[in-house]
Amino acid sequence: MAKYVGERVKRTEDPRLIKGLAHYVDDIRLPDTLHVAFVRSIYAHGKITGIDTSEAMKIPGVVAVYTGKDIADKVGPVPCAAALPDLKVPDYRVLATDKVLFVGHPIAAVVGTDKYAVRDAVEHVGVMVEELPAVVHVIDGVPTTPVIHEHFGDNIAYKLTSGEGDIDAAMKAADRIVTQKMVHQRLAPIAMEPRGVLARYFPGEEELTVWSSTQIPHLLRTQLALMIGIPENKLRVITPEVGGGFGSKLNVYAEEALLGWISIQLGKPVKWIESRRENMQATIHGRAQVGTVEVGVKNDGTITGLRYNVVADLGAYHQLLTPAIPTLTGLMLSGAYKIPAIQMNVTGVFTNKMSTDAYRGAGRPEATYVVERVMDVIARELNIDPVEVRRKNFPAANEFPFHTATGLDYDSGDYAAALQKALDLAGYQKLREEQKKSRDNGKLIGIGVSSYVEICALGPSQAMPAGGWESATVRIEPTGKVTILTGASPHGQGQETSFAQIAADELGVEINDITVIHGDTGVVQYGIGTFGSRATAVGGTAVLIAIQKLKEKASKIAAHMMQCEESRLSFEAGCYSREQATAAAAGKSEPVVPVGQAPAGALLEPETNGRTKLTIQEIALAAHIAKEIPPDTEPGLSATYFFEPKNFTFPFGTHICVVEIEKDTGETKIVRYIAVDDCGKVINPLLVDGQVHGGIVQSIGQALYEEVIYDDQGQLVTGELMDYALPKASQLPWFETDRTETPSPVNPLGVKGVGEAGTIGATPAIVNAVVDALAPYGVTHLDMPVRPEKVWKIINGRSA
Amino acid sequence: MKQAISINVNGVDHSGEVEPRMLLVHYLRDVLALTGTHVGCETSICGACTVLLDGQAVKSCTVFAVQADGANVTTIEGLAANGNLHPVQEGFWECHGLQCGYCTPGMIMTSTQIIDRHPNASREDIRHGLEGNLCRCTGYQHIVEAVEYAAAKKASA
Repeated sequence: MAKYVGERVKRTEDPRLIKGLAHYVDDIRLPDTLHVAFVRSIYAHGKITGIDTSEAMKIPGVVAVYTGKDIADKVGPVPCAAALPDLKVPDYRVLATDKVLFVGHPIAAVVGTDKYAVRDAVEHVGVMVEELPAVVHVIDGVPTTPVIHEHFGDNIAYKLTSGEGDIDAAMKAADRIVTQKMVHQRLAPIAMEPRGVLARYFPGEEELTVWSSTQIPHLLRTQLALMIGIPENKLRVITPEVGGGFGSKLNVYAEEALLGWISIQLGKPVKWIESRRENMQATIHGRAQVGTVEVGVKNDGTITGLRYNVVADLGAYHQLLTPAIPTLTGLMLSGAYKIPAIQMNVTGVFTNKMSTDAYRGAGRPEATYVVERVMDVIARELNIDPVEVRRKNFPAANEFPFHTATGLDYDSGDYAAALQKALDLAGYQKLREEQKKSRDNGKLIGIGVSSYVEICALGPSQAMPAGGWESATVRIEPTGKVTILTGASPHGQGQETSFAQIAADELGVEINDITVIHGDTGVVQYGIGTFGSRATAVGGTAVLIAIQKLKEKASKIAAHMMQCEESRLSFEAGCYSREQATAAAAGKSEPVVPVGQAPAGALLEPETNGRTKLTIQEIALAAHIAKEIPPDTEPGLSATYFFEPKNFTFPFGTHICVVEIEKDTGETKIVRYIAVDDCGKVINPLLVDGQVHGGIVQSIGQALYEEVIYDDQGQLVTGELMDYALPKASQLPWFETDRTETPSPVNPLGVKGVGEAGTIGATPAIVNAVVDALAPYGVTHLDMPVRPEKVWKIINGRSA
Repeated sequence: MKQAISINVNGVDHSGEVEPRMLLVHYLRDVLALTGTHVGCETSICGACTVLLDGQAVKSCTVFAVQADGANVTTIEGLAANGNLHPVQEGFWECHGLQCGYCTPGMIMTSTQIIDRHPNASREDIRHGLEGNLCRCTGYQHIVEAVEYAAAKKASA
């Protein structure tokens, strides 16, 4: 019986966090640690003509300065795991050698005994750069000159066409073609904890330990071993507390390899903590697509086909997944709709900027935005309510699994039901009436709807660059405590709690008897990590199945101990019980060891003679003492499972946003926000709400405030949080959230994932609402972020 | 040229010599090993480094340690008196007011000041009071609920 799953269980990870006693990378203090600071390019594009480190070396406390030339052939390049046909992959050295290609490009590493001294010394490293013109903007297509990587001949990293169906025929079958150009501006993920690395090499043992604020400890270990040239079994990666990732730490960075290598050179621990300025310059960015969507529609609103031609601004180099992100956009272009033919033509372009890569949603927010924004454009052109256009094109609940013209099979869904629930919650008809009245009174009210589908639980290994499974080990220790080792690497999502909920129900033990361990390659079996809303759907399933395996063994031992056939055992509330022979026996009370407590007087063998009931924790003790287990059974009580999903999962929902625009300032105020999400079965509603809220706010950030801006010379204008506008508490509405629950058939938990839902689903709802509010001014589309000055200009008759 | 300072942190007196340019947050973290106070932006925008300086919430990344000479500082580690959680800490736990936890110490310190100043704070007051603290995970709603919880708890105490 579910005692914990489905309940609003408070997080077990919180006490250490609210007391300030948790350990993020910078909180780990090792004796004799040296500090590292980086000299970075202040130019977007240039030729390095000389580096003078002599003055920096004179700063007291500085022990070494490394330049690209020192290590060019000693540390391997920053890896790209994306495999696309004819992809051009530049050689991405961990320190720049001949040229600098973006502002923030690392040029030299300064090492010293004091963190203030190394930052001083950075200022004293002389870097001579012959500045070159920069390739910056892709708004008008592919920039041809200068060529950033000269040996490639042009700035095109790849071109790819994807999709199914006869797109030309589909367009011909339409009554009209609706076209809209859209900009998905560059965003900065901004985990509140910047990146950080601590590396310690033991020369005697030849062992390197790297603490890094990462989402993928095992994949990082493999890649660092290759880059540094250290055997993988001599390298341990530990992710202590991680202060947010949002995809920005789903990567392998130059600094991680450099710190490991420097520690090996100096035989001491070395630490680098990223400053926020470095974070803006040299941690991956997201989005950055400029595309035009064309949709064939019948006069009744039925969509016949969709084509999306897009230029993706990749930055100067490929980070781990850079070129693959736009391909996720291509996969999700069917949105929540039946579209017989879909085609995406993507051109990935090199620019003199930081790489783009996976930022929360990673390619799917772009797809949702394209589809949900254009649905409103269609509704406007056909003079149909936006809700009706959506309904018209939904697959019905009985059409699942539903095959899309992007090559996916949506697992389960009832899109109309989620839409209806959101409409009811919002009071949609009444809202429209109020909007009309407000307009008559000169007020600018807008209502925006977004019905999204996302692709989660990444994913089957066939579709992933480095494995799409996840692992779990579950052990019951001799004292009855339960240890779970997960290959997922949560960093705020709360899986220490939700995995313990799953295990507590399945094992019938108290949640406080369970510890979930993650993020340490020296302790945890190989895993993939936390990203793509996968940890619970894939990693949680691995936990569940590992427990089931463990119970198969426990059941054999229980039968042996109670001297009966296994078929005569039942398991409930943490106890194996033998079928009672007589009514009298059934009423006889049994000495049961309280959950979580070892029998008094050290590790004595549990008394089994004549027993008809044993807790799984008593069985664990017996399994370790191993005197009374079946002869063909291994001692100990643990099980490991690597779960390979057969498909992705496809959460969905409808969001409704109501905005009011202040005419005097052009400021958009979100008056109401209604979110109905379906993420399949819910393990912990409290955590799901948290994910939804946070995701929506990142969407609000993209829709209204945030933008990474490079000027025409490639200089980063938004270099600090003073210039990059993150949403604040005072700018946000009270979210009205609800759910429908359509279990996923892809995993036995029925969960779909929710980490990215808000970020994927919300942006178009907000922009649709703003455009709707400005309809009286003839506005049919606005590019994000819809900041006050843009709106003010429209209201005041100036060009936006 | 180092300068002598003495600061009372969480009820304990500390004396020593620091570089005049040393930031208070680095004094707390690196000298006193109180690593609960975090650095998130170094420009006093994000508030992860918020501590109470003589009872006022300040961003310790933009205060020099020498400026705190002779002052009383309360950090997140000093909030749970006698091992009992402060009502704000309790609220954050009860209402799921944190995810990654990085902004949390600063959020909690700021929130203690909000409910001290405005025992009957409205949601709008709370949101206004939290303007100087950024959270990228929660979307703030659960934080607002946490502060409401704490205010109610404090009022009933």
